[in-house]
Amino acid sequence: MASQEILREEPSRGSLINDPKIRGLFFQTLVIILLFGSIWWIVHNVIDNLTRLHIASGFQFLRGRAGFDISDTPIAYTSDSTYGRALVVGLLNTIIVAAAGVVTATIIGFIVGIGRLSQNWLIRKICMVYVEIFRNIPPLLVIFFWYSGVLAVLPPPRESIHLPFGSFLNQRGFYITRAVWGEGSWLIAVAFVVALAMAWFVARRARQRQMATGQQFPVFWTSVALIVGLPVLAFLLAGMPLTFDFPKQSTFNLTGGFQLKPEFLSLYMALSCYTAAFIAEIVRAGIRGVSKGQTEAAGALGLRSGPILRLVVVPQAMRIVIPPLTSQYLNLTKNSSLAIAIGYPDLTATAGTVLNQTGQAVEGVLIMMIAYLVLSLVTSAVMNVVNARMALVER
Amino acid sequence: MQEHDTSWVRTEMALAEPAPLGERGAIAWVRKNLVGSVGDTILTILGIAIVAWILPQVINWAFINAQWTGPDRTVCATAAQGGVQPDGWTGACWAFVNAKFGQFIFGTYPIEERWRPTLVAVLFAALLVPMLIPRVPRKGLNAILLFLALPVVSFFLLSGGVFGLPVVETSRWGGLLVTLSLSFVGIAVSLPLGTVLALGRRSKMPIVKLLCVIFIEFVRGIPLITVLFFASVMLPLFLPAGVTFDKFLRALIGVSLFAAAYMAEVVRGGLQAIPKGQYEGADSLGLGYWQKMGLIVLPQALKLVIPAIVNTFIGMFKDTSLVLIISIFDLLGVVKQNLSDANWATPQTARSGLVFAAFVFWLFCFGMSRYSMYTERRLDTGYRR
Repeated sequence: MASQEILREEPSRGSLINDPKIRGLFFQTLVIILLFGSIWWIVHNVIDNLTRLHIASGFQFLRGRAGFDISDTPIAYTSDSTYGRALVVGLLNTIIVAAAGVVTATIIGFIVGIGRLSQNWLIRKICMVYVEIFRNIPPLLVIFFWYSGVLAVLPPPRESIHLPFGSFLNQRGFYITRAVWGEGSWLIAVAFVVALAMAWFVARRARQRQMATGQQFPVFWTSVALIVGLPVLAFLLAGMPLTFDFPKQSTFNLTGGFQLKPEFLSLYMALSCYTAAFIAEIVRAGIRGVSKGQTEAAGALGLRSGPILRLVVVPQAMRIVIPPLTSQYLNLTKNSSLAIAIGYPDLTATAGTVLNQTGQAVEGVLIMMIAYLVLSLVTSAVMNVVNARMALVER
Repeated sequence: MQEHDTSWVRTEMALAEPAPLGERGAIAWVRKNLVGSVGDTILTILGIAIVAWILPQVINWAFINAQWTGPDRTVCATAAQGGVQPDGWTGACWAFVNAKFGQFIFGTYPIEERWRPTLVAVLFAALLVPMLIPRVPRKGLNAILLFLALPVVSFFLLSGGVFGLPVVETSRWGGLLVTLSLSFVGIAVSLPLGTVLALGRRSKMPIVKLLCVIFIEFVRGIPLITVLFFASVMLPLFLPAGVTFDKFLRALIGVSLFAAAYMAEVVRGGLQAIPKGQYEGADSLGLGYWQKMGLIVLPQALKLVIPAIVNTFIGMFKDTSLVLIISIFDLLGVVKQNLSDANWATPQTARSGLVFAAFVFWLFCFGMSRYSMYTERRLDTGYRR
């Protein structure tokens, strides 16, 4: 009885100074006071400075006339459009270059990463040299190299380099054939979507059947047939509504076709090459992270090397690969802000121009930060969904 | 009749036979590593083709056709471009790098004062090299000199204004000098700051934790350029009217804060990897919070994440090149600036200058990554699973 009494008693403290609870409270109060004090001081200074500079705060300026031109405009934009629209154009350009870069970097990265684990000594070394070169130089330098070292010294339009599929390469960029979709093209798009849905349905049914009866169904080839076949069928049915706009060489310039400007090209190539080196290392680590016993056990079960890779090694490697891959995608998106150095009108560049013209530094930087934060959050959300699907399902 | 003992027991191990002839030597190596199968052979041929296509071009450009010295652009331009080279010539214009070398290293630092950055570089090397060699004693004193004394001495040496040294504005600093000083300060600030942030993020005090989480996640979510914009455009608005401080210092603050957020996540990874028993063991010995962290947890945690820390350093070293955007001219910035020099404008200039800058950056980053691999091996106590 007596011992229980003693246990229930509050343990004695030496003094208030040594009580962790009170110390915690004290430090947190101190932090809060400091924080609010500095926020108050900053806000006070900002208001002071803004009134001194005669800058009206708020987001009203977004409705004003922009008055500057943008070289790459995915949506309609003229210098008469509003600042808000200019920022949207910048954001779209960021998304375009980031998305293109992510896809290309992933492809190059996987090839190089697998190449570094190849049986072949030469391939291994070539991939190693690639990774060691690109990992150790700044991305901005890679961008400059593509821009002023490679693309700027290409021949002028008159002496354009001819490439396959009627495309041209010169100082002013890369000219490719543009597909012009005529009347009835919507049918093809609809057919494509329907084909995707059917392929998904077939895959689902096939898996259910294999689970129930053990019979396999050639899902891959059926899907290919569906996804290629249906749009082609629709294309023929609609009366082949597709013409090509080839770039043509005239005396001084190229006309027609679709022009990829050197700014976009160098940013896209540089981001892809640079990020690919990091993705290659991630892929290598992922594949090496799958223990050898897994491969051997799969071999003992009688699987061949193809299915071993597809069913045993890759799903486990992906689990290791996806989280760092996500952060590389985020890095690529953030690095796309280097566009400002070569004049590609991405979000940072347009926001910088808007900021210089209006003097709305606080709002401009805020918009930039929030836009990048949202992009980052969306990318990680998507990758988290992918990761959740890949993750080990435990009971 | 004595019986013959036919049984025989070997008392020593048989010597290992050499591997069969097909398993050793150059031919076996080639068979295993280059032509193991049909696919392998095709890959090898492809690889040889790539190397045979690229390597001669690179060697030709960088060494054989290169121009090493020369007064101006004529040595690096073809006849059609107004130079002395035959038509169709392509080669590196190292003459450009040669002529601008002083600028690439010091920026527009006054020529008669360049002994000052050189002296700082010598001091830095003299303190860094013994720091990096594990056998050299007195690491504590060395660290104090390197991380506390050197920055102070360098600051006064570089900016002047004391002991009769003429003042050199930071706007005249440039080149490798700026790259190295930015990254050195960034490294020296971000590691302790990042460690504090990581501890804050794992703290039991909810407000401290929340603030650290907000700071880390916010900074990690935005590009460095935005942080630099923030430092160069918004920071002046935050200060009372009339109070300004140096642009270089603002860039330093931006880079350090940015790196600290990444460092915090790296250190947090290390903290999480330490088993709970270590924390509890430290508690049961009666150690206070800072003693527990400083003597027990952090030494183990930081050792675990050395590769990641060095990766962050490398990332920061590369990121210093972005200060070019807010018109501070680091190595890349000075190279870029000089590309527009009409005296040297040829089609080869840009490539040569950028390759030179790339080589310098590469040398530093590669050196750092190799040193981290060496340290990792040295500190590996064999406890890691």
